[in-house]
Amino acid sequence: MISTAPDYRWPEAGSSRIPYWIYSDPAIYAREQERLFSGSSWNYIGFESEIPAPGDFKRTFVGERSVVAARDRDGHIHVFLNTCAHRGVQFCRHSHGNAKSFVCPYHQWVYDLKGNLVGVPFRKGVQGQGGMPEDFDLASHGLVKLKAETVNGAIFATFDQRMVPFRDYLGDSMYHYFTRVFDGRGIRVLGYARQIIPCNWKLMFENIKDPYHASLLHVFLVTFGLFRADQKSDVKLDPTGRHAVLVSRKGEQKATEGTAEMRSFKADYKLEDPRLLDPVKEFPDDATVVMQTLFPNVIVQQQSNTLATRQIIPRGPDRFELVWTYFAYTTDDEAMVRRRLRQANLMGPAGLVSVDDGEVLEFTQDGVKANPTMNGILEMGGRDRADTAHMVTEAAIRGFYDYYREVMGL
Amino acid sequence: MNPGLDLSKLTPIELRLQVEELLYAYADVLDNGLLDDWPPFFTSDCLYQIIARENYDRGFPLATMLCESQAMLRDRVTAYRQANVYSPRYFRHLISTVRIVGIESGIVSARSNFAVLQTLVDDKTRVFLAGRYEDCIVIDEGRLRFRQKLCIYDTLHVPNSIVHPV
Repeated sequence: MISTAPDYRWPEAGSSRIPYWIYSDPAIYAREQERLFSGSSWNYIGFESEIPAPGDFKRTFVGERSVVAARDRDGHIHVFLNTCAHRGVQFCRHSHGNAKSFVCPYHQWVYDLKGNLVGVPFRKGVQGQGGMPEDFDLASHGLVKLKAETVNGAIFATFDQRMVPFRDYLGDSMYHYFTRVFDGRGIRVLGYARQIIPCNWKLMFENIKDPYHASLLHVFLVTFGLFRADQKSDVKLDPTGRHAVLVSRKGEQKATEGTAEMRSFKADYKLEDPRLLDPVKEFPDDATVVMQTLFPNVIVQQQSNTLATRQIIPRGPDRFELVWTYFAYTTDDEAMVRRRLRQANLMGPAGLVSVDDGEVLEFTQDGVKANPTMNGILEMGGRDRADTAHMVTEAAIRGFYDYYREVMGL
Repeated sequence: MNPGLDLSKLTPIELRLQVEELLYAYADVLDNGLLDDWPPFFTSDCLYQIIARENYDRGFPLATMLCESQAMLRDRVTAYRQANVYSPRYFRHLISTVRIVGIESGIVSARSNFAVLQTLVDDKTRVFLAGRYEDCIVIDEGRLRFRQKLCIYDTLHVPNSIVHPV
């Protein structure tokens, strides 16, 4: 007899097991929205260079909640909820633009670029009749404001006004890797790619915390040595387990002792036009790939010379939106930009690597949603979450669930 | 092969029929899985992009799929066959509103609308991508070929992955 109703009790084995109800249960999903995305977390919003001028704005999401990031006349960035204080209307419908103020279309309440309420039509009534009560105070009815912080051109925001600084939230090791890519050079957006992946948002995070799959699933990574288990690699976590980084160094397209078990390794696979994979070294260290997961909503990707953020926007328990923002540095020459654009073929909705992930994550959701009382096994590399100097481990996923369970009370 | 094909000698109606036939033959190849016949629709130095309308309109250069030669198209076919993992599916291209928008120095500029329907296992047929083709067509080795094909899709959110050319 198989029970289908979850009892919300985590398996006794701890984070080396994942109960499948966490991927499809609506009550768990609602709790995640409240405690993770709207809780004490720094959420990725975008880049300062996406809103360079006063009045520029960008519409995006923190969890399921739409927010607007706007630059005021003094050049400061503000992030506020895209929900009118009056009746809850999501007033901003454009993905980006420039505005002097934000006017809700329904009753035309007006907000400034900081999210303050500055106008209410008919506030004093019409011809002496009606209007808001005398004591109605504009200042106390502004938009819900998030606390925002910019870090070398990247914007993060949180609903927790007492949130610790971003650097402390990341910890030294994660901050080191974050500022390896966001090192202060200007960020030039090359473009966006958006896809809906029909699976629970956590599976995307797990995928980028899971170096074990990379050597098995992806022919492109394995064959061309872009990310493979027999290469010098590191898996590192922050002290809480919520953030992680996978680091590796490029290998050769030749069979080794390590490739024997990799069915995806194809010794004779060749590109007819090798310009697609023509990486050049650009960072001071010897790492050629660094994939960082920053809790709760962004992945920072450096694979060869392709750089991108991947923002996770949950759209219900069974689906999420993945927004890829590809970028270059403003100091890049045109040849480097061309190289980044070519290598972008590896990633995104048509990526020679990431197509595999999107598809396999959909297969995973199809399996777990029909079997909520079963558990997944996470014992590769042991049952703890210690950093390792190899990639034959699921430690970063265990670390994620250590933290997740604590915040979720599971 | 039609070595006598000369764009300057075609009437507008004849040219339009030639371009329509090219587009429909292209769709036929893709929808029937004849991917080896796909790269020869392009010149050897072609540019093929599947690009989000959002990027195209805002002047962002990023394409979701970028091929800068017929060889890169063949690399995509090889990846589709030998590298990538994906569910089985059917595609159906609907191409309409074909217009010749210019002809200059032997290059025909043509614009057309496309909708690609995708049918996955366990699901009904759905619109996968909708958008327009911006094509530059030339005579190459006696047949019409795409020197440039931009597949500019309106569909803001790609339904999971683009596993196959459009």
